Amino acid sequence: ADVEESSKPLFAGLSDISISEDIPVEGDISVPIGSQNADNDLSTLDEPVKDTIMRDLRAVGQKFVHVMYPKKSSALLRDWDLWGPLLLCVTLALMLQGGSADSEEDGRPQFAEVFVIIWFGSVIITLNSKLLGGTISFFQSLCVLGYCILPLTVAMIVCRIVLLGSSGGISFAVRLIVVTASFGWSTFASTAFLADSQPANRKALVVYPVFLFYFVIGWMILTFSPSR
Amino acid sequence: MASPDDLKFQEFEEATDLLSSNPGASTLSISSPGTGASPGDVRLDLSDDEENQQENSELLGGEKQTGGFWTFEYYQSFFNVDTVQVLDRIKGSVIPLPGRNFVRHHIRSNPDLYGPFWICVTLVFSVAIMGNLSTFLSKRGDPDFHYRPQFHRVSIAAVTVFLYAWLVPLGVWGFLTWRQSVERQISGYTFLETVCVYGYSLFIYIPTSILWAIPFNWMQWLLIVVAMVISGSVLVITFWPTVRDDTKLTAFATMAVIVSLHALLAIGFKMYFFQTATYTGSSHPAQHITPASNHTSSTVG
Repeated sequence: ADVEESSKPLFAGLSDISISEDIPVEGDISVPIGSQNADNDLSTLDEPVKDTIMRDLRAVGQKFVHVMYPKKSSALLRDWDLWGPLLLCVTLALMLQGGSADSEEDGRPQFAEVFVIIWFGSVIITLNSKLLGGTISFFQSLCVLGYCILPLTVAMIVCRIVLLGSSGGISFAVRLIVVTASFGWSTFASTAFLADSQPANRKALVVYPVFLFYFVIGWMILTFSPSR
Repeated sequence: MASPDDLKFQEFEEATDLLSSNPGASTLSISSPGTGASPGDVRLDLSDDEENQQENSELLGGEKQTGGFWTFEYYQSFFNVDTVQVLDRIKGSVIPLPGRNFVRHHIRSNPDLYGPFWICVTLVFSVAIMGNLSTFLSKRGDPDFHYRPQFHRVSIAAVTVFLYAWLVPLGVWGFLTWRQSVERQISGYTFLETVCVYGYSLFIYIPTSILWAIPFNWMQWLLIVVAMVISGSVLVITFWPTVRDDTKLTAFATMAVIVSLHALLAIGFKMYFFQTATYTGSSHPAQHITPASNHTSSTVG
């Protein structure tokens, strides 16, 4: 204001400028020590590759633990990542896939079919819950649904081991129990994370597609038949 | 006039019937219990003329003011249902009562896409899974049989069900709208209401497909007849009021086409997915079920 009132030449009164007291000027003007900031950026570039990879792997592993023991923790939701779901989906699809049309493995889902079912299924369930008025974000929901496939992947590994032994009635009963238990575990784990974000009178509408999703994956695992 | 604070959602059982029988009556319509806080959800229509009411219900789901089709809220308006409402609509689709028009009584200008979509998805998987199971059960005694999951059937079932659930309502709605413009009838249904009716009417096929796994041919056909009667009558009761003022020929022809398409879907499912005939390869959809091969089902213990 002082500068505007004067009719002196430009910049002449610059040294006289004082900020009047009724303009609140607060804050902390401090120049961050240059090297400190640069160090933060450079530090992840300079660290050994092992550290970088282990950090992500540890995050993924921590989330696996959260899925296996589902408590009301927000770790899965807060720091979502899609590495875990990708890893699980690829593992499951590789183990489930069938061969070409002529081979003995005909009739099994192809790799692409499993992949598409898992990812498109998760996207559709997420869209469904958002359309019904859920407050969870898109990627958080994808993250939860993907991570909760872990029990079913474990069941797949167990089924494959059981099938190495025999493929008769007893092995079927064992596989049925294992797959049913892990399907229940997956559904329970994902609803523990997802149910809170839904309005109360629509919870069942959101839980049912999740149930159907894991049921279909469970069926694919259960009907996996070994090639002769 | 009541102040906005006094207005609460009330259920009027006879109002829907009164409205359809006497369209000229002046009406007060309050749509959708106010579950959401978004301003577009609760619509208060205090107009006294039937024309305005008609116009509102003929818009796409009546929710056009929630935004263009490129916004998220537009699609959210089609999922504005609670668990209780969905269950009530499903119940209405399996218990057809002659006086209760499914659209007027259950949908009530709040068509949803949740029901049709998830019923179709469930139907796809139940038909594929149960078909696989029934093939397994009927071939168990055969020593040459090697179990296969037959996963490609899921794709075929999905294409069939979703084509039926979207193209047939499109055709029916288009035809009815054309007749309406030609013949000046009472009222048609919006496209979404038609899709809604068809989607919910497919629900009966889910328990039917589960029961189809029982490998007795006569039971499977009996189930088809029962499902057709129930589901077909829901469709007939729903669409009859819109065509009854047309010429007799058109009215009966429309009803016949609707019912026969529905029957074709059921019979097609049964014949393709649930063969008790000899398994000759699943790449040929048109199988002839030979009567002699029914005896193979008796090997199932």
